[in-house]
Amino acid sequence: MSPSLVQAATLGRRAIVRTARQPANVIFPLIFPMLLLAVNAGGLRSATRLPGFPTDSFLAFALAVPFVQGALLATINANVEFARDIQTGFLNRLALTPVRGIVLLVGQLGGLITIAVVQGVFYLVVALAFGVRLASGVGGAVMLLLLEVAIALGFAALGSWAALRTGSTEAVQGLFPVFFVFLFLSSMNMPRNLIQTDWFRWVATINPVSYLIEAVRSLVIEGWNGEALGLGFAAAGGLSLFGFALATHALWRRLERT
Amino acid sequence: MNDTVAVARGVSWRMLHTFFTNPAFLLPSLAFPLFFFTAFAGGLSRVSQIPGFDFPTGYTAFQFVFVLLQSAAFAGVFTGFGIARDFESGFMRRLMLAAPNRSGILLGYSFSALVRWLTVASVVTAVALLARMKIGGGGVDLFALYTLALLLNLAGTLWATGVAMRLRTQQAAPVMQMPVFLLLFFAPVYVPLDLLQGWIHGVASVNPITPLLEAGRGFISGAPELALASFAIAAGLIAGFCFWAVRGLRSAEAAG
Repeated sequence: MSPSLVQAATLGRRAIVRTARQPANVIFPLIFPMLLLAVNAGGLRSATRLPGFPTDSFLAFALAVPFVQGALLATINANVEFARDIQTGFLNRLALTPVRGIVLLVGQLGGLITIAVVQGVFYLVVALAFGVRLASGVGGAVMLLLLEVAIALGFAALGSWAALRTGSTEAVQGLFPVFFVFLFLSSMNMPRNLIQTDWFRWVATINPVSYLIEAVRSLVIEGWNGEALGLGFAAAGGLSLFGFALATHALWRRLERT
Repeated sequence: MNDTVAVARGVSWRMLHTFFTNPAFLLPSLAFPLFFFTAFAGGLSRVSQIPGFDFPTGYTAFQFVFVLLQSAAFAGVFTGFGIARDFESGFMRRLMLAAPNRSGILLGYSFSALVRWLTVASVVTAVALLARMKIGGGGVDLFALYTLALLLNLAGTLWATGVAMRLRTQQAAPVMQMPVFLLLFFAPVYVPLDLLQGWIHGVASVNPITPLLEAGRGFISGAPELALASFAIAAGLIAGFCFWAVRGLRSAEAAG
């Protein structure tokens, strides 16, 4: 195995172990999205009686939200730890070793994605236990986890950029409400064609998070919808590329300063 | 009495100074209720077309009441975070040594939570009016609505204070936040109680926040209902959490 791969694996493992050692960082991203799903699925069940609503199970409809929200929470937690590495000087010490900057970033993102996949499996198992059946079958479950990886990578890259750019745990935590704006102003609770308020529908349409949610949702309630999946992967890929470019640049600047 | 007021004034001034001068505290307090209001009133307005949904002043007013009560309770919870922070930084220990009457500490935190909420409520109300929220209730109804929210703010503050005084760490934040979140969201948030189905209807029916929410919606629509019951519940919550907070203060004193 090449030294770069070993280094990336070691740093990724470190990111996972560090998260696993903090129960709040493990339990909160698992439980909170499930609680919100329970609340929304119960409270908005009667919304399925609206003409044109795509399914008669709001639980199945809303299942997409925990996948995006969980990726977001995991990203915030992991990148807070990354920022702490910068604050405590770990990154500076690492810069004195032969580890390449890009390997550091890949290791950090790899660890985070592993956490997101574990979360995705948890959400899927809970949903199946409560009677949700994937319209896309077993293959859809695999595709759903791939999508979760892509979503987590997008958020993680942006979070890593914030951590590297600011080097402040508080600043990364401050991203939490910013990301949540995007989640709230999306089609998370209502299909876009049923959103009545014009400006909200417009915002939801230009919001990439809507496409992430709709791609996951299509696998749950529709089956294989190439357009929804294509848009979802494109949105996740775009966020990842954009975030990774910013993070790489910020890393280069930070290592240059140190 | 003068000692109590002096301590309360000092504590509340410090809390409010931190709140208004530090965007990291001010912005989330303002942002979260606005997110909820925007997402619910804007994104879910179609819900008002569900057969059986007959709230007279529209979905924006229906959601405004929830957001107002939620902001009131959470202003209290956020104050609890500040108390926990004061314990971790060692400020509380110095405050307890210096305060001639420690009840003033509780009073000061409660007053600062009230001012915090009034600030948030002003912004949320302004945004709701800009969004052309319809109001059916008169001046007395609206006064009752804001008074109800104020009482919930006090109850939330006393709850979070009791937790912060006992656990004395910022890691207690989920303990303060999660029960309040669950109580609020296991009420009829999106549709009236009659339209809830399944397990959540059962939970909402016994949730003490449900009468507060229904009374608040009655006030804003000009058709008050459950007014006495809601104020009695709010008074009961305050009495219970006051006892909880005072016992927490004694626990913190005993811990040194």
